[in-house]
Amino acid sequence: MEVDQVVPLPRLPRVAVCGGTHGNELSGVYLVRELLKLQREVMKKEQEEDLKPASVLLVLSNPRAMQQCRRYVDTDLNRCFTHATLNGPLSDMAPYEIIRSRELNALLGPKGSPAAVDLVCDLHNTTANMGLCFIAYSDCDWICLHIFRHLQREMPDTPMRFLHFDVSNKESYSLDSVGKHGFAMEIGPQPHGVVRSNIYTAMKVGVQHMLDWVRLFNSGNVFEGGFVDVFTMVKHIDYPRDSETRNITAAIHPCLQDRDFCLLHPEDPLFQTFSGETVRYKGTEPLYPFFINECAYYEKGIALSLARKRRVTIPAIRVQTEQEQQPNEQGFASEEEE
Amino acid sequence: STLCTVTATQARRVAIFGGTHGNEMSGVTLVNLWTKNGAEIQRKAVEAVPFITNPKAVEKCTRYVDTDLNRAFTPENLSAPGGNNLPYEVLRAQEINRIFGPKGSPEAYDVIFDLHNTTSNMGCTLILESSKDYFNLQMMNYIKKAMAPASCLVLLNEHPLLKYSTSRSVAKHPVGLEVGPQPQGVLRSNIFEAMRVILKHALDFIELFNEGVEFPPCTVEVFRVLERIDYPRDANGNIIAMVHPNLQDCDWEPLNPGDPMFQTFDGKTIHYQGSGTVYPTFINEAAYYEKQQAFITTRRETLVASAIKKA
Repeated sequence: MEVDQVVPLPRLPRVAVCGGTHGNELSGVYLVRELLKLQREVMKKEQEEDLKPASVLLVLSNPRAMQQCRRYVDTDLNRCFTHATLNGPLSDMAPYEIIRSRELNALLGPKGSPAAVDLVCDLHNTTANMGLCFIAYSDCDWICLHIFRHLQREMPDTPMRFLHFDVSNKESYSLDSVGKHGFAMEIGPQPHGVVRSNIYTAMKVGVQHMLDWVRLFNSGNVFEGGFVDVFTMVKHIDYPRDSETRNITAAIHPCLQDRDFCLLHPEDPLFQTFSGETVRYKGTEPLYPFFINECAYYEKGIALSLARKRRVTIPAIRVQTEQEQQPNEQGFASEEEE
Repeated sequence: STLCTVTATQARRVAIFGGTHGNEMSGVTLVNLWTKNGAEIQRKAVEAVPFITNPKAVEKCTRYVDTDLNRAFTPENLSAPGGNNLPYEVLRAQEINRIFGPKGSPEAYDVIFDLHNTTSNMGCTLILESSKDYFNLQMMNYIKKAMAPASCLVLLNEHPLLKYSTSRSVAKHPVGLEVGPQPQGVLRSNIFEAMRVILKHALDFIELFNEGVEFPPCTVEVFRVLERIDYPRDANGNIIAMVHPNLQDCDWEPLNPGDPMFQTFDGKTIHYQGSGTVYPTFINEAAYYEKQQAFITTRRETLVASAIKKA
């Protein structure tokens, strides 16, 4: 692929910004509420001035969990978007989040169909010291990678990483997989149930730049090629646990705590047991740790995750002209293979 | 009067409460650890009992199931009839009062340490409920000196309206341990170890006291609770601003009239309008959003404790 060849991609007429997918991750909750308020004010003005309404869908994904300020009510909403879960049989006793995932799929999808929104940005917080992360299933979705690069340039003081989970389309499970393009914007550290002004502001600015990029893209701007460092998830490591009770028997080692994305070498400390011993990393390959001590992952058996870093070259892109648009109506997924 | 030595009975029965809030992990972890192996908390002539106060909340890793256990030890709750129709935590309060109390009686435990974490940047904090509890003041003085140069501050909540009925209030000498910052549901190694060290010194003090050591009069710097400050809210009660970046994480630092206090979601600053300098704490504690509290204000005070000696 030649870097100076500009790749034309379909327009992105509909963008969704989702907050409160986990009800206690408050930056996204408060940001979407604030954007809804602003949107109502703008819409009133637009109605008066007869302007075209903005096509940004603002969604509060899990209202019941938000009301209780919990991650979820019955089950993790952000694992309910596999094709199987969305299309399988629905019992009367279905968990709240399964019912909600279908509502969201109807609103933003259906997943996999031409009617799905063009871009989903799902807002999250983490207790881990990860700065701002994009989390995506693909390492060759040029739209997401270009948006990321745009944010990096516009927010140079914000530590920012692109995280790639190599999950196939068939297996993808999160809300952002419902759109034709999608990513989670994950910002930490922030305790669950708390909104920290610096974290909220970073998210607000990040979302603003993303929307600005979409408008620029849709208006015909050419975005030059370049490269992005992508962190691809390799594996998770669980806490040492008591064989009977399954309670954890160690905490993240003080040398590792808050050191997300600092390269972890074989024999580096991982955990400190309650009796003071150090448990070391026994892998053979140095890897990048992230989601170090994320509260919600204790129950998923994850103390930290590990990633490999590689440099991905991205081509120059621009929006397709109307002529170029037509043959692409059916095959919107094919651009990822270029 | 500081001229008299106050004598107190031997502090033989001591309890260490963890999991009063089920998602405050240092206490849960320490109590589980010591329940399995209590060697670390053993001291001569002291029965130190580790105890999980809210097991259902611990199991669900949530602050509480029906109602906040650490507000539940009111006289009304403790004497309420109704059996199983009562909220879970009220039943628990009655049970705890039976085991470690009754509150206010001579049979009550001598000392209860109640282990808590906070999302606020409070560091190591000891919470005192009475400025006249010389035993507690002497213990806190001992702990502070033992930990120096590491900081361990004392918060005094004697405020008639803001004071609340804690689990530890069942004991003759209630001591709150609050260590932060730590997110709910998360165990941070440094926070865990800090709490462990505080307890080690506390138990050392009790052992020395029980051996007959006389502790001379001392002064203890405390932060006395003044008032609770809520988030700015709209007409529907929704929060419309966050703790200002200048105030976030600045627990125990002076807040002067005119200083930034909150930042609205669209970026405007709201300033502190009080009449004098205060020392804020519990800044941005997750659990207090629902209690209408963004932070509390305190003022610095020096308390004097009489000499104490075992009777």
